Amino acid sequence: MSARAGDLPWWADRLIIPVLNLALAFLASGVVIWAIGESPLECAQIMVAGAFGSGQGIGYTLFYATNFIFTGLAFAVALHAGLFNIGVEGQAYIGGLGVALASLYFEFLPQPVIILLAILFSAAFGAAWAFIPAYLQAKRGSHLVITTIMFNFIASAVMVYLLVNFLKPAASMAPETRTFAPNATLPQIQQIAHGLGVEIAQSPLNLAFVWALICAVGVSVLIWRTRLGYELRTLGASRPAAIYAGMPVVRLTIIALMLSGALGGFLALNEVMGSQNRLFLDFSGGYGFVGIAVALMGRSRSLGIVLAAILFGALYQGGAELAFDKPAITRDIVVLVQGLVILTAGALENMLRPSVARLFAMSAALGQEA
Amino acid sequence: MEYLDTIAQVLASTIRLSVPLLFACLAGLYSERSGVFDIGLEGKMLIAAFSAGAIASVGHSPWLGLLAAVGASVAFALLHGFAVITHRGDQIVSGLAINVIAVGLTAQVGSFWFEQGGQTPQLEQGERFLEVTLPGADALAAVPVVGQVYAQILSGHSVLVYFAFAMVPITWYVLFRTRFGLRLRAVGENPAAADTAGVSVTRMRYAAVVCCGVLCGFAGAYLSIAQSAGFTRNMTAGKGFIALAALVFAKWQPVPAMGACLLFGLLDAVAIRLQGTPIPGIGVVPVQLIQAVPYALTVALLAGFIGRATPPKAGGVPYVKER
Repeated sequence: MSARAGDLPWWADRLIIPVLNLALAFLASGVVIWAIGESPLECAQIMVAGAFGSGQGIGYTLFYATNFIFTGLAFAVALHAGLFNIGVEGQAYIGGLGVALASLYFEFLPQPVIILLAILFSAAFGAAWAFIPAYLQAKRGSHLVITTIMFNFIASAVMVYLLVNFLKPAASMAPETRTFAPNATLPQIQQIAHGLGVEIAQSPLNLAFVWALICAVGVSVLIWRTRLGYELRTLGASRPAAIYAGMPVVRLTIIALMLSGALGGFLALNEVMGSQNRLFLDFSGGYGFVGIAVALMGRSRSLGIVLAAILFGALYQGGAELAFDKPAITRDIVVLVQGLVILTAGALENMLRPSVARLFAMSAALGQEA
Repeated sequence: MEYLDTIAQVLASTIRLSVPLLFACLAGLYSERSGVFDIGLEGKMLIAAFSAGAIASVGHSPWLGLLAAVGASVAFALLHGFAVITHRGDQIVSGLAINVIAVGLTAQVGSFWFEQGGQTPQLEQGERFLEVTLPGADALAAVPVVGQVYAQILSGHSVLVYFAFAMVPITWYVLFRTRFGLRLRAVGENPAAADTAGVSVTRMRYAAVVCCGVLCGFAGAYLSIAQSAGFTRNMTAGKGFIALAALVFAKWQPVPAMGACLLFGLLDAVAIRLQGTPIPGIGVVPVQLIQAVPYALTVALLAGFIGRATPPKAGGVPYVKER
C-alpha cells in the first residue's frame, strides 16, 4: 500500500482520496434515496442539521463517535502490525462483561474506583477474548480472519447464555442485567458541565468520550514514539525483516491483538456504563465492523480516526433524525450508507487513485512548462 | 418406536437445514478455489433471499423469484469481483462491505416497498417451492428401515433440496475433471504460472465469482421461498458464516463440504429439538453451546488440533501481472 502512496503527495493521499471515496458512497446512497421517491438533497440537509444543528444533536453525534473511536483505534493498532482483526466486534461484546462485573459487584466502592475497575476489566476481558485467536495465529499459523470471525459468533453465544442463565434478574424476562446503581455509571458530560455552572443540552455523551480521546493520543504515542510501536510497525511492514532483526514476532503478534481487543472492550464503557446503565444483548451492534471503515478512512492515524469517527457518528445521529422525519426512510439507510463507505473507502480504495495521480502528474508537467 | 420417529424427524430437518449451508458452502468453494476469499456469502444470501421473496410475491411464481435471487446475488458477486479482481481491493473488506450493504439495502427497500417493517408478504401455495413426494415413497413407507428412510427422510423435500445435493458431484466433476476446473484451481494456487500458460487470471476469477453468485442465489431463494413463505429481516442470521466455517472444515473439498454442512445442519436440528428438554443422564444442554460447536470445531481445525486445513495458496492475494 505504501509503495503506491508514493504516487501522490501525502496530503492528497490522506485527504483527497478519502473525501472522493466518501463522495462516491454518498452519491450511491443518494441514488437509493432518490429511487424510493425522496429528495437526496433535502435528506442530506436533514441529516446535517440533525447531527450538528443543535447542542443535543452534537452531543449524540459525539456519543456515537465515541464508539467508533474505540473500535477504529482497536482495528488500527492491529493493522499497524499487519494483522486484520475482524474480531473487534466480539472483543467489544465480551468487554461488556468486564464493565458489568465492575458495575454490578463493586457498586459499594466510590465512583472513581468503580470507573477505574471498569476500565481495567473491560480491557482485560476484550484482550482475553483476542488472546486465543492471537495465540493460534502467532504459534500455529491459523488464519486470523477466519478464527476471529468464528470468535465473534462464539462470543455472541456465550453472551446469550450468560445473560439468560446468570446475569438477568430472576424475576425479569428480558435478557439483560439489572440497572446499575447511579454511582456505578459514567457521569454524563452534561452533568459535569452543570456542576461547573455551564448548561449544555441533554444527551448521552459521557466521560467515555474523554477516555476515547485519551486513548487516541495514547495509541499515537505508542505507535510512533515507543520501541514497542516501532517493532509493531516493523512487523506490519515486513514480517521477515522483523524476524531478521531479532524481534519477538510471536509475542508482538499477541501483544498487538490483545491491545486491539482491550481498545475494543472500551466500547462497553460508552454503551453499557455511560448510556444504558445495564448490560444487554447485542449492545456492540456492528460498531466493531464499522471500526474497520473508520480506521481505513482515517489511514490508521489517531487524528484521522477521530475525524472519521465523528463523521460516522454524525451519520448515525443524522440518520436517526432522517428516519424520524421521513416515514419512507428507516434507520436501515444508515447501515446501507456505512456499507457503501466500507466499500468505497476500503475495498475500492485503489479505484480512483490512478486517476488522481494522473491529474497530479499532469498539473506538475504543466507547472514545469510554464 | 416413538424415538425412531423422533430420529427420523431430526434427520429430515437436518437435510432441510443443511441445504442453505450446502449451497453457500459450494458457492464459497468456487470462489476461494480461484483465489478470491469471500466472507460476503452471508450478504449475497440475504440479498438473494429478499429478491426471491419480493419477486415471487409480486410475480406469483417461485421460478421468477429464483431468477431474481440469482440475478441479485450475481450482481453483488460481480461487485465483489470488480473491487477485488479489477481494482485489487482487500477481499475481506469488500466481503464485509457486501454484508453490511445487504443488511441495510434489504431492510430499507423492503420496508419501503411492502410497508411490513422489512418483511415481504406471506407467500401463497403456488408462489413457493413446495415439498415433492419422491416416486413410490407412499408405497414403500410400510417397508421397515429402507422404506421408512426413503419415505420419511429422503422424500418430501422441495426441488431445491435435491438440486443442492446434486450440485455436490457436479461441483466435484467440474472442479477436478474439467479443463475449466483445473484452470480455476490453478489461478487459486499459482496465478503467475497459470498466466504464463496463457490462462487469463482475471477472466477465470470472474467466472469463479459468478459461479459463487449463482449458488448463493439458490441458497437465499431456498431460505425465503422454499423453507419459509417469505423474507424476514436479516433471515440469513449468520448462515453464510456457518457455510464459511463448513468450507474451512471441509478443507476446501466438495464432498467433505457436504459432510460438514450435514454435520452443522444436524447440530442445528438437534439444538431446535432439544430446546429445554433434558437428555437422560446429562441434563439440559444449553442451546447456545450446541450453536457454538460449528465455530469451535472450525477454530480447532484451523489450529491443527484435528487434521490440517490448508487454504488455496493464492487466496486473498490480488494478482498483479507485472511490476
